[in-house]
Amino acid sequence: MNITDRRIGKAVVLEVTGRIDNDTSEAFRLLLVPFLRDCNGDGDRLVLDFAGVDYISSVGLRVLMLAAKQAKKQGGTVVLAGLHSVVKEIFEISRFNLVFQCFASARDALAAAAPRALAASKGA
Amino acid sequence: MRVRFWGTRGSLPVALDTAALQAKLVEALLKASGKSLRSAAEARQFIEHELDFAGSHTFGGASPCIEVEPPGAAPLILDLGSGVRGLGARDMGRADRPRTYNVLMSHMHWDHIMGFPFFGPAYVAGNHIRIYGCHAELEHALRRQQAPPSFPVAFDRLSARIEFVLLEPGRRYDIDGIAVTGMLQAHSGDSYAYRLEHGGRALIYATDSEHKLEDPRESEAFAAFFRDADMVIFDAMYSLAEAVSVKEDWGHSSNVVGVELCQLAGAKHLVLFHHEPAFDDAAIARIWRDAVRLEEITRGERAPLRVSAAYDGLEIDL
Repeated sequence: MNITDRRIGKAVVLEVTGRIDNDTSEAFRLLLVPFLRDCNGDGDRLVLDFAGVDYISSVGLRVLMLAAKQAKKQGGTVVLAGLHSVVKEIFEISRFNLVFQCFASARDALAAAAPRALAASKGA
Repeated sequence: MRVRFWGTRGSLPVALDTAALQAKLVEALLKASGKSLRSAAEARQFIEHELDFAGSHTFGGASPCIEVEPPGAAPLILDLGSGVRGLGARDMGRADRPRTYNVLMSHMHWDHIMGFPFFGPAYVAGNHIRIYGCHAELEHALRRQQAPPSFPVAFDRLSARIEFVLLEPGRRYDIDGIAVTGMLQAHSGDSYAYRLEHGGRALIYATDSEHKLEDPRESEAFAAFFRDADMVIFDAMYSLAEAVSVKEDWGHSSNVVGVELCQLAGAKHLVLFHHEPAFDDAAIARIWRDAVRLEEITRGERAPLRVSAAYDGLEIDL
């Protein structure tokens, strides 16, 4: 499981790859810590791009729930993007699709959450 | 071992109301329109083969009670929820009295004890009822619910001989031929899972348990307790999203965690149990279908895990 990040305006896109299972969930949680710390102002968005995630277990889903709670408390938002078929089904089965905004792609998430930032990044 | 479910609903008994019954009838009549059903047998065939589970069944609404009947050993009753009333009513009509009843208690919350004042055999002199459990308050809880002003018949007026046997978790006991081991679970006031073994078969009864996902040792300990079980009866009251957010620390679990723990343990059959009283049959059937699907998409190289949802009246032979 790996994470790479890029900032676009007030949004940070984290591209996550691999499996988030019982063995990797703690590492996933620790990797999120600095990004969550900075997701603390009005309009701050953390976009978790899951296009490269093959599987997420209940332990990984709990990490997401805690991340969303922390961001909300700080005035930020966590959204999901790019869930592929298996992970999308796991979200539906666990009802996490009712908790998180899930976008087809990171681009869609940025367009919905921070349209001006996306437009600026296009011009760059 | 035969496992018979007398009560499968959690927290509070419920009943199918008129609106829900009529919705099933409407669905069935519409599906039957144009068909020629000329006998009760043909109608039954139609119900069995043409209607989905929620259209042809109800999960029922009695609170937890299960009867385990091993061949050649005395039956064991798991919990005394409202479902035990039906079990007692059946036995009141049997000729082979007096009888001995062994009862194993997961915990003493109201939904798990409320059937006992309506358990007919408790009123019959000569019957012998042995109530086992890991809670020191076994006797106190049952006496208290029959004390004034809560019930008109005091516990001391029950004519059967009633004994209480305190068990120690982690220790293996022989209860009339069934090997029984308890394990502490996270639930308000504590609850205990039990592993029952008889004739090379293993049954796990693990209701009213919250599984703390942040602690991998907890998952490993439960996987070890469930190891290679032929059946795991599992608290699947909430969705995972609820269980880790608004209903965190409410002491219950989800279909998702049930599938994962059974996969870790190499168990053969997961039975979803302790259904949420606010859910109708369609909602519980969806939780069941979701668990079946989760098992399929996460199975990998493992042997298939059978997934069922318990309903009042269900019987399964292990």
